[in-house]
Amino acid sequence: MSHAEDHEGTRRDFLYYVAGGAGVVATGAAVWPLINQMNPSADVQALSSIRVDVSGVEPGTQLTVKWLGKPVFIRHRTGAEIQEAQEQDAEGVDALPDPLARNFNLNADAPATDANRVMPSPEGEAPGAWIVQMGVCTHLGCVPLGDAGDFGGWFCPCHGSHYDLAGRIRKGPAPENLPVPPAEWVDNSTIRLG
Amino acid sequence: MSGIPHDHYEPKTNGEKWLNSRLPVVGLIYDTIMIPTPKNLNWWWIWGIVLAFCLALQIVTGIVLVMHYTPHVDLAFASIEHIMRNVNGGYMLRYIHMNGASLFFVAVYIHIFRGLFYGSYKAPREITWIIGMLIYLMMMGTAFMGYVLPWGQMSFWGATVITGLFGAIPFVGDAIQTWLLGGPAVDNATLNRFFSLHYLLPFVIAALVIVHIWAFHTTGNNNPTGVEVRRGSKAEAEKDTLPFWPYFVIKDLFALAVILVVFWAIVGFMPNYLGHPDNYIEANPLVTPAHIVPEWYFLPFYAILRAFTGEVWVVQFASFITGGIIDAKFFGVIAMFGAILAMALAPWLDTSTVRSGKYRPLFKWWFYLLIIDFFALMWLGAMPAEEPYATFSLIASAYWFAYFFVILPILGVIEKPLAQPETIEEDFNAHYGKADADATPAE
Repeated sequence: MSHAEDHEGTRRDFLYYVAGGAGVVATGAAVWPLINQMNPSADVQALSSIRVDVSGVEPGTQLTVKWLGKPVFIRHRTGAEIQEAQEQDAEGVDALPDPLARNFNLNADAPATDANRVMPSPEGEAPGAWIVQMGVCTHLGCVPLGDAGDFGGWFCPCHGSHYDLAGRIRKGPAPENLPVPPAEWVDNSTIRLG
Repeated sequence: MSGIPHDHYEPKTNGEKWLNSRLPVVGLIYDTIMIPTPKNLNWWWIWGIVLAFCLALQIVTGIVLVMHYTPHVDLAFASIEHIMRNVNGGYMLRYIHMNGASLFFVAVYIHIFRGLFYGSYKAPREITWIIGMLIYLMMMGTAFMGYVLPWGQMSFWGATVITGLFGAIPFVGDAIQTWLLGGPAVDNATLNRFFSLHYLLPFVIAALVIVHIWAFHTTGNNNPTGVEVRRGSKAEAEKDTLPFWPYFVIKDLFALAVILVVFWAIVGFMPNYLGHPDNYIEANPLVTPAHIVPEWYFLPFYAILRAFTGEVWVVQFASFITGGIIDAKFFGVIAMFGAILAMALAPWLDTSTVRSGKYRPLFKWWFYLLIIDFFALMWLGAMPAEEPYATFSLIASAYWFAYFFVILPILGVIEKPLAQPETIEEDFNAHYGKADADATPAE
């Protein structure tokens, strides 16, 4: 290195940069696997899609399943519940705290009508009989309780968020409606999540 | 190592000379423990030793607990019960480790506020201060991850809420959160990596502690007057100082013994007082505890995190000028880390040329208010997120930032400090009477 000043833009400078550059690349190549190993492993990713048998879920009850480590509420609504949720529509979705459907299966700007929140019904069932949503409060991530709250839907005990029968936030600190995950019917009694 | 003139180690026997010319380790230890220490140090200066003791206690109890613990979601909770019921003396080891974390934080908070009052952060001790802040950050990370290991309800939901903070970062938040957790939610991958890092970080802390000690052994200790030790000659320096061994070691060990009496009383008679009953329920991702509360030592910063909701105008303003990139959730995260950063920046925010708060008539009151503010935030962090606590949290958080970013810079300009003693010796003699310095103990 003692002769470095004797040259101007010479082979020694070039070798210096090549060696330095190679060192940086080698370090990056060595560090990346150490960082990437912390990302979700193959078996965790394999669980990103599950099938749920809902044949035993009677009207007026709900099933909670674990999907991607979080609870998913699958509710079979009665005729009266569907009617009540749709009546809440009539007040106008723009007046809701969150006017968007938050339904992964629809466009991001779909309005929060009851029809945009529910699953398409299988044959022989009234429209809006099934609603599937993440059981994670949009405030700070607690799990809301079913059949509770001022609007007959869900109630989060942590900080008092009330959701209606379509899982829309109506009262309390939560900013958004309960998100609807990617879900579809595989057959008349099986739902695929993810 | 020290800038203060003092006697250095001289190898005497042939064996000592043989070792010293190959590895001068005895000289290093000698110079470290014989460092000239200002002889007017008061009882607020004992917490460094308590902290060193805590680190050793946590590492030793931690290593033996690992011999019986299993880091797996199906077995972790049961392995803790195994430690509590079956392992010989296991319940005691675990209770010491649990409460040792609390003693560690009691000591670190007193140590930090000691530095804030006596201006220990000021030049030339900025590096000591910054290293200390890094140690404090690492302690928080270690304590948080340790709390997840028993895999109780509070472990799981605490981990969910705290890792959720990283999810609030715009654009890359979700990717970072998934990377931290090793999956879409807190699960086995999370538990495993937290266990690995909980074991690693104390050793990083130990290394930083050595650098911390190295830094303040270079500048010399601060002291209650904030006046520097005279360094003109060894004789002059000896009028202001006493060697750390035996004077301060004995004093510190006495204080440690008193503190440990209280500590053992808590460990023996009320070991779960500072914990949460919910953490004796196994983690369940489908059920949330009604009230998620962090450990007491995180509460002041948890209060700051929650204080900045969407209704606060500062938050709305930040959201407006960034086009919504900084929302209420992210603002809270920035505020929480900013509250710690504010402390780290104290050396450059404080404009006063006087170190010790003893000689700053205005500063004193603002400092006492900061202490009250700290306890108020701690209390508010444990309260539910509703009125009137939300408003109180906002006021208390605002004062925290105002102290560092407004009051410290302005006070240095407008305040008229009291007269400081010329030397440490003068201050010492004023308190303890004029006596032969060599024969006078530290206090």
